[in-house]
Amino acid sequence: MNDVRIAGVGLTKFGSHPERTGRDLFAEAALAARDEAGISREEYEEVHYGNFMGELAEGQGHQGPVVAEAAGLECPATRYESACASAGVAFRQAVQTVRGGGADVVLVGGMERMNNLGTSEVTRSLAIAADELFEVRAGVTFPGAYALMARAYFSEFGGDNEDLAHIAVKNHANAMPNEYAQFHREITVEDALESPVVADPLTLYDACPITDGASAVVLVSGDYADEHGLDAPVRVAGSGQGGDKAALQDREYLAQTPAATKAAEMAYADADITAADVDVAEVHDCFTIAEVLALESLGFYEPGEGIGAAARGETTRDGDLPVNLSGGLKAKGHPVGATGTAQVVEMTKLLRGDHANSDAIPDARVGVTHNAGGTVASAVVHVLEVMH
Amino acid sequence: MTDAGYDEWVAAIADGEGYYIACPDGHGSLPPRRTCPHCGDDELTEEPLPETGTVVTFTEVHVPAPDFADEAPYVTAIASFGPVRLTGVVRDVPGSDVELGMSVTPDVGVNTTTDEQLLVFRPADE
Repeated sequence: MNDVRIAGVGLTKFGSHPERTGRDLFAEAALAARDEAGISREEYEEVHYGNFMGELAEGQGHQGPVVAEAAGLECPATRYESACASAGVAFRQAVQTVRGGGADVVLVGGMERMNNLGTSEVTRSLAIAADELFEVRAGVTFPGAYALMARAYFSEFGGDNEDLAHIAVKNHANAMPNEYAQFHREITVEDALESPVVADPLTLYDACPITDGASAVVLVSGDYADEHGLDAPVRVAGSGQGGDKAALQDREYLAQTPAATKAAEMAYADADITAADVDVAEVHDCFTIAEVLALESLGFYEPGEGIGAAARGETTRDGDLPVNLSGGLKAKGHPVGATGTAQVVEMTKLLRGDHANSDAIPDARVGVTHNAGGTVASAVVHVLEVMH
Repeated sequence: MTDAGYDEWVAAIADGEGYYIACPDGHGSLPPRRTCPHCGDDELTEEPLPETGTVVTFTEVHVPAPDFADEAPYVTAIASFGPVRLTGVVRDVPGSDVELGMSVTPDVGVNTTTDEQLLVFRPADE
């Protein structure tokens, strides 16, 4: 099995760019990653690409060839759709391709264009990640689905809106020095608690924003990196994926995410590590409650214990396990189909030491990324290690 | 649009003759089904849906999708009916009075935004 190394990463600035085409967003991120890798275009063998709602936002299906062309590449290109985990799934497939010897140089990334639709149509579009017959027709929105999980969590384990507010405050603070983040605005617990209700018990500051953006990563085999003298100090040490029933009503648990638990166990076994070996994590906090569920699935906390982690300072910048130093989906932004590889980009920089927040983790060696689709009916976890 | 299997199930709920899909191991699911999503058994039968269920979680949605624009704020709940859980909009009770553990009956109502049918829960008679 080939070793997989990260030779280059790229992002657009996340934010509201309603006038920009998806292909242009992806081209910016892809060219940044390609520039960092310094590999000639003829060497690229495949493009793996995540996108969730391109048909709704741009009337554009079959986006693989469109974005490969925009990235200046002539090679087979495949789009993956797995809701908010689209790019995480694309990344896992790219990793497996390189590991299996199917390619030595692969571009993987994702893109989402959302703000051109407006809030109401975005709400409709995001809801299609839920079960159409049994959830969408009963008024389940994306925030509503996580609100159902949040109330179930509070009921089963305790915790309250103030615990969630601390997560929003932490992630907004982390985003401050991140030039790629959508928000550069610190908030207080009071701001979060007083923000308008979106889907009770979740308020506006429990929710990630609507974001346009793209992310891209160049993956190479270890042999290729060595033969070509590439500066690629971060390796993909572990990969895992889990699944669950599509609709919340059909799940065994309403306040746990076993798909992510399975993905984490698989990725840790693959990397030959345990949760205790993880120095830093980027997790899928599309809503504040989702960060709690992620921490528990990743094995950092027992079910019911993760809710107070941010309030206790354990997952803040100066805590024992900094979580979402990028600002997370909450403050960095969540271009849905780009998020999975955006997390990999941020983690790569954090581990290499060239992220705006790398100084928070000077000795970090192992980082984990956690990317979830829908209400975690899909989950992908990756372990990245920096080689010294 | 016709959704065979699902449409008949909604009609049965409206008629007060709701059912669920059961497998020999006692797992419940909702139609259309060709195999049990929990164990893969394909010897499926229709069993009567219990007349009342219990609310296990709910949310009052203030920012709706366009198809619920005229409904907001509205309460969507998940209620347990033994072998299956259903998701529906709670009717006939103020949102502030909905609580966990509440006993509800399933019914079919009309989405006032789209005029389409939707699954609703009404408070069960005490």
